[in-house]
Amino acid sequence: MSAALRLLATLAAGLIFGLGLSLSGMLDPARVQGFLDVTGALDGRQAWDPTLAFVLGGGVSVAGLGYAVAWRLPRPALAIAFDLPTNRRIDRPLIGGAALFGIGWGLSGLCPGPAVAALSTGALPVAVFVAAMLVGMAVHQRFVAQA
Amino acid sequence: MNTYASGFAGGALIGLSAALLMLLNRRIAGISGLVAGLGRDRGLRRWVDAAFVGGLIAGPPVCALATRAWPAMRFVASLPVLAVAGLLVGFGTRLGSGCTSGHGVAGLARLSARSLAAVLTFLGTGMLTVALLRTLA
Repeated sequence: MSAALRLLATLAAGLIFGLGLSLSGMLDPARVQGFLDVTGALDGRQAWDPTLAFVLGGGVSVAGLGYAVAWRLPRPALAIAFDLPTNRRIDRPLIGGAALFGIGWGLSGLCPGPAVAALSTGALPVAVFVAAMLVGMAVHQRFVAQA
Repeated sequence: MNTYASGFAGGALIGLSAALLMLLNRRIAGISGLVAGLGRDRGLRRWVDAAFVGGLIAGPPVCALATRAWPAMRFVASLPVLAVAGLLVGFGTRLGSGCTSGHGVAGLARLSARSLAAVLTFLGTGMLTVALLRTLA
């Protein structure tokens, strides 16, 4: 497959991701925060919103099936390079980074996928979040990755 | 369709997209990694990042055209809090090598113990943060 055709297929895959996020309700920060709000659910102040668990369940099961097919192919259909994570260690950067991410996620109800997809809604809060996220990534690249 | 059914169906589309990106490019569909790659990758790899992110951004308007309604968005934080949250999410996802898509969907689908540890960690601190917000409110 030519590079142009592959990029077109990749664009379609990105669109499917964005449609999935839109359909799933995960663009809605209140719904995401409603999933994380377990104490509100425990003492009955707020009804717990389990939608995110259904989204994750649907995503993991279909991706798992797709990956099972991919592993059986000698090479990816059209790939340039194999690009699988090789680090298997559960180390401090992994846990520390995930912990910081979770705090930001809980504060805002936004994570990178929904935030980037929702840039097209033109909502100012999304633009502010994504701009700050890019700064956070640049800070990591400048002071940690290259340190 | 009720909320849980559309959640599962939307999730299935996300999973399908992750599978396609793997089959096409042997790439993990991690949005934080793809976005960061836009500023770091070179050559065809960068075009792959850009094509996927471009498609992702086109998702909500295409959905709005199809259903005649924009997906609901109810913001829960002020702009200054969103800025702080964005910094934490950007820095944290790079330090931790992934977010809800890369570790959550793709990593769990690959049965990665590393991703499971990351998912449990960010779910834990996310839930703690919301519990604290509710207590202070």
